Amino acid sequence: MNPVYYLYLAALLFTIGAAGVLIRRNAIVLFMCVELMLNACNLALVTFSRMHGNLDGQIIAFFTMVVAAAEVVVGLAIIVSVFRSRHSASVDDASLMKL
Amino acid sequence: MSATAVHSLWTMAGGVTSTAPVEKFKAPVIEYTQLAPVLIVIGVAVVGVLVEAFVPRRARYYTQVFLTVVALAAAFAAVVGLAAGGYGTTKAHIAAMGAIAIDGPTLFLQGTILLTSLVAVFTFAERRLDPAAHGKHVVDSFAAQAASVPGSDSEKAAVRAGFTTTEVFPLVLFSVAGMLVFPAANDLLTLFVALEVFSLPLYLLCAVARRKRLMSQEAAVKYFLLGAFSSAFLLFGIALLYGYAGSVSYATIANVVNGSVTQIDPALADTMGNDALLLIGGAMILTGLLFKVGAVPFHMWTPDVYQGAPTPVTGFMAAATKVAAFGALLRLLYVVLPGLAWDWRPVMWAVAIITMLGGAIVAITQTDIKRLLAYSSIAHAGFILAGVIATTPDGISSVLFYLGAYSFVTVGAFAVVTLVRDAGGEATHLSKWAGLGRRSPLVAAVFAVFLLAFAGIPLTSGFSGKFAVFKAAADGGAGGLVVVGVISSAIAAFFYIRVIVLMFFSEPKADGPTVAVPSPLTMTTIAVGVAVTLVLGLAPQYFLDLASQAGVFVR
Repeated sequence: MNPVYYLYLAALLFTIGAAGVLIRRNAIVLFMCVELMLNACNLALVTFSRMHGNLDGQIIAFFTMVVAAAEVVVGLAIIVSVFRSRHSASVDDASLMKL
Repeated sequence: MSATAVHSLWTMAGGVTSTAPVEKFKAPVIEYTQLAPVLIVIGVAVVGVLVEAFVPRRARYYTQVFLTVVALAAAFAAVVGLAAGGYGTTKAHIAAMGAIAIDGPTLFLQGTILLTSLVAVFTFAERRLDPAAHGKHVVDSFAAQAASVPGSDSEKAAVRAGFTTTEVFPLVLFSVAGMLVFPAANDLLTLFVALEVFSLPLYLLCAVARRKRLMSQEAAVKYFLLGAFSSAFLLFGIALLYGYAGSVSYATIANVVNGSVTQIDPALADTMGNDALLLIGGAMILTGLLFKVGAVPFHMWTPDVYQGAPTPVTGFMAAATKVAAFGALLRLLYVVLPGLAWDWRPVMWAVAIITMLGGAIVAITQTDIKRLLAYSSIAHAGFILAGVIATTPDGISSVLFYLGAYSFVTVGAFAVVTLVRDAGGEATHLSKWAGLGRRSPLVAAVFAVFLLAFAGIPLTSGFSGKFAVFKAAADGGAGGLVVVGVISSAIAAFFYIRVIVLMFFSEPKADGPTVAVPSPLTMTTIAVGVAVTLVLGLAPQYFLDLASQAGVFVR
């Protein structure tokens, strides 16, 4: 099967994630969309790895997973602390500093 | 059955008796001494985490401050040692199996990052600004207990018990370690990991202010979501460039971009012909880096994060992040994508112009001193981009010099902001600063020096830096950028001077803020800031020479 289809899928997933970040309003959903973007990157990396016949891309995919896990730890900590003090995870409510 | 026969069952599974010599596993060669600055900082950061776990609460503060200062000073000594050993010039090379470049820009930027962080850490350690706030307890800039809900009983209990967030010191060290690797990264994977290593601690540091905690948490959430969004772009760009060149090493990608690659296998021939991979990939990586730099289409986070974060963190972040991110941007554009210069130069021209003008113009309307400094930092990012676009050796060295000069001014200016306080913590609204020059002439005069340096008035470091950058840009064929740069400097000078006028020539209000008398820690920060500003303004030649010696990338 032609690996290029996987690249199209990766680009599609990345776009869905990016659109989600821009459109959705709940911080948790935004965050899930960012994770979708990272996983789209993983798919692209692994596909390119297969096309080039070297392992660099697959190794990077592992690093991406670790980084995404670290990001979850930090991100959920921040989002949960905001939720506990405001009882809302909507990014529209976060407007204390508007000009 | 004899032992050797059993053994042969394993080694010759399937009855295949191969006589070919087994290829030996090659252990990677890591030049530990040349990575010493990074290793020292990471090592002490890990020790700092252990200190949080095992040292009794009352001893933690002194232990952490001591460890942090020693680590940063030792790492700086290591950088100086490497530079003295010629690793910045003649012995510049690629270390750690191609992951890290040890060369002039790396060492210069690492030295700058370590010195600014060292100076900034003193403001983190300051505990005397707010002595009357909570009775007998010492109070620093960070929440008593970051996990407690603002205004809740658990927060009050934590404050009463005198808790402090000493975790900020290991977090700063982790962040500094990432920043040290970021401008040295010589492959795209190292670039991405270093970016995350320095960003994640910064997101947390933004969320732990003692006063105005809702604002601080909001700043952290914005910084985190936008930062994660931009690093996803960077990663997709990395994937596309890897797809284009079949490698993540800077040198290999540069060769493929130039077309000077020797071995072309069919897969590479296939992807090399696809310019869309290269152009979109390069653009997405640039997006990620320009976000960290705070250049205009990607600057939205800057004012909110600078305003909401605890002021010592803002100073550290504004100075050190910018140095690291510009280092990585320089290396990417000068080492990986010089073959693409005709494509990225027009884009960077546009970005530089709207960054300079946008930052300067929007800053005029600001009424909060931290937001004002944030927009000023955006304008400065534009000035530095003008030097980056020069694509000459002078361009590199002028950017290095500008970053060194700018970072000390920034740390000093935000340290002064921590001193002007009222009942609600720091008084950041500009109206509160009216008449400050009458009330406390020294603080106002020091702040005026920093503002003049931001504005680029002669005899300050800002002037030398701006002159070097604009000269490099003009010589590099970017004369139009210099014109825009001078115009936006004039616009920027207007609001800097306006603050000075406000401080010295208006009547102080009756309910105005008080100026805290800091401990020697913050005094050191401010004194170093003023000293560097004046020395680089009055006698910049030595440092300009240093920067121009350092301004050669190893390939």
